[in-house]
Amino acid sequence: MSASENGGGSGPGNGLGWSKSEMMIVASARQLARERVCFVGIGLPNIVCNLAQRTVAPQLDLVYEAGVFGAQPKRLPLSIGDPTLVSGSTAVTSMFELFAFYLQAGLVDVGFLGAAQIDRFGNINTTVIGDYGKPKVRLPGSGGACEIAINARKVFVIMRQGQRSFVDKLHFRTSPGHSGDPAHDAKRGWWGTGPTSVVTDLGQYRFDEETGEMTLTHLHPGVTLGEVRENMGWDPRVAGDLGETPPPTDEELRLIREELDPDRIHSK
Amino acid sequence: MPESKVATMRDAVEQLVRDGDTVAIEGFTHLICFAAGHEIIRQRRRDLTLCRMTPDVIYDQMIGAGVAKKLVFSWLGNPGVGSLHAVRRRVENADPEPLEIEEYSHFGMVCRYMAGAANLPFFPIRSYYESDIPKANPRIVPIESPYGDEEVYAVPPLNPDVTIVAAQRADTNGNAQIWGLLGCQKEAAFAAKRVIVVAEEIVDESVVRADPNRTVIPGLIVDAIVEEPFSCHPSYAQGYYDRDNAFYIAWEQTSKEPELLEAWLKEWVYDLESHADYVEKMGKARWESLRPAVAMSGEVNYGEYA
Repeated sequence: MSASENGGGSGPGNGLGWSKSEMMIVASARQLARERVCFVGIGLPNIVCNLAQRTVAPQLDLVYEAGVFGAQPKRLPLSIGDPTLVSGSTAVTSMFELFAFYLQAGLVDVGFLGAAQIDRFGNINTTVIGDYGKPKVRLPGSGGACEIAINARKVFVIMRQGQRSFVDKLHFRTSPGHSGDPAHDAKRGWWGTGPTSVVTDLGQYRFDEETGEMTLTHLHPGVTLGEVRENMGWDPRVAGDLGETPPPTDEELRLIREELDPDRIHSK
Repeated sequence: MPESKVATMRDAVEQLVRDGDTVAIEGFTHLICFAAGHEIIRQRRRDLTLCRMTPDVIYDQMIGAGVAKKLVFSWLGNPGVGSLHAVRRRVENADPEPLEIEEYSHFGMVCRYMAGAANLPFFPIRSYYESDIPKANPRIVPIESPYGDEEVYAVPPLNPDVTIVAAQRADTNGNAQIWGLLGCQKEAAFAAKRVIVVAEEIVDESVVRADPNRTVIPGLIVDAIVEEPFSCHPSYAQGYYDRDNAFYIAWEQTSKEPELLEAWLKEWVYDLESHADYVEKMGKARWESLRPAVAMSGEVNYGEYA
């Protein structure tokens, strides 16, 4: 089955043979090609890391905050504490060991984070929309995100973008990103350096080495720069050599649709 | 010969969980003792301070039922599914009444139990830098290292009045063995003034002694041991039954409507006398569908040193 034949996965009016979410998952998974130890978050990152392990990164050691190192799940974990993570893994640890000896001590190469809101410097809000004391929407809070942002060597962000999620000013800073002052960032003394990449349903971003500001490097196929600008709360920096993300392969789409997200919870 | 601490869930909760207590029912996704939560609801405890890293569906049920005045946590959601709407109604709209919250990150909560268990005045961690979390919770405090110019954050000890943990098996003295995800059950139990262990099965002491590396909680700190099969449903017990994901997904709707939530509590908690009734009402087919295939561990040789 080719991607173009499987119309079921395409977004409304997208006409490309895959959905925006599928493109986002695929582009994000490819970034793990040369990584080793990856701290997997709940939701989208869970699919991304499992896709990477089946495609570009069979060497990945998946770390789950529930206390698993070297997971080789035989089904897509239903949550980050699924029993399939334990059976066949390299090691089960207490949560203290996981956070202290693996994450805080600097053994995690990549931490994956999602976000309700992100700003141009990669600061992340997963706590509240509105005022903390009287929130309009109470979100889950940090979980492990705050310490992942601070202690993972690299942080990859994956999230859908829109005016309400890519904001000029966060309602709450749950997890720190770049400060906007690279001299300050260089003296922080943490393993983490702020997010290194953001992949959305529209494109891919890196962070400028001098300013720490999010910079658009790739548009996904079929997406225009105007569409990107309409879906964020500030005017983005754009790389001089702006590229296009290579489309998903048939095999990547097959894995998502048949093995990793057959109920299309994350990828429709 | 140590005395037996075996109790029914009803007696254990009646004697060890009191109005106004700080209560931790721990278990990270795995081994969440829903049966104990239901018994606390059934006995209509009030004004509890509930602590859990991930409040999960169990605390949504308990908070929806009105047992709590305060929630201490680090991640508030229905894992892999959605929100905890009963909790959100109280936090967002004080509906039907306010709920006080005290919020940390996961590592912060783990280290609070760690400090509580180890009798330390605080625990230092490398988290919270340039985050707004310490502004929302002034109990998270930056401190200078006494050995250099590094700054770390301190979190305070957490010593629950009662910790309730589930285990796959335990002996009659409460020596409890757990495999699969360990969460912070050990830390939460050692930190507590009183401990209830709820086991899928009670086994002979010789079973525990044949594999001491698997003992997570010693009977020394346990006040009551309750034998209660399927006590963790809809969460799971590694090797015994799977997570009932259909239940977690259905909870999203139940939790959204206060009337549905109330009806669920009536049907599955108040109108039943015990967890055994719940197990029977759920039906054999449900339990059969959650049973995993067998995957035994390898054996190790401890050696006989007579």
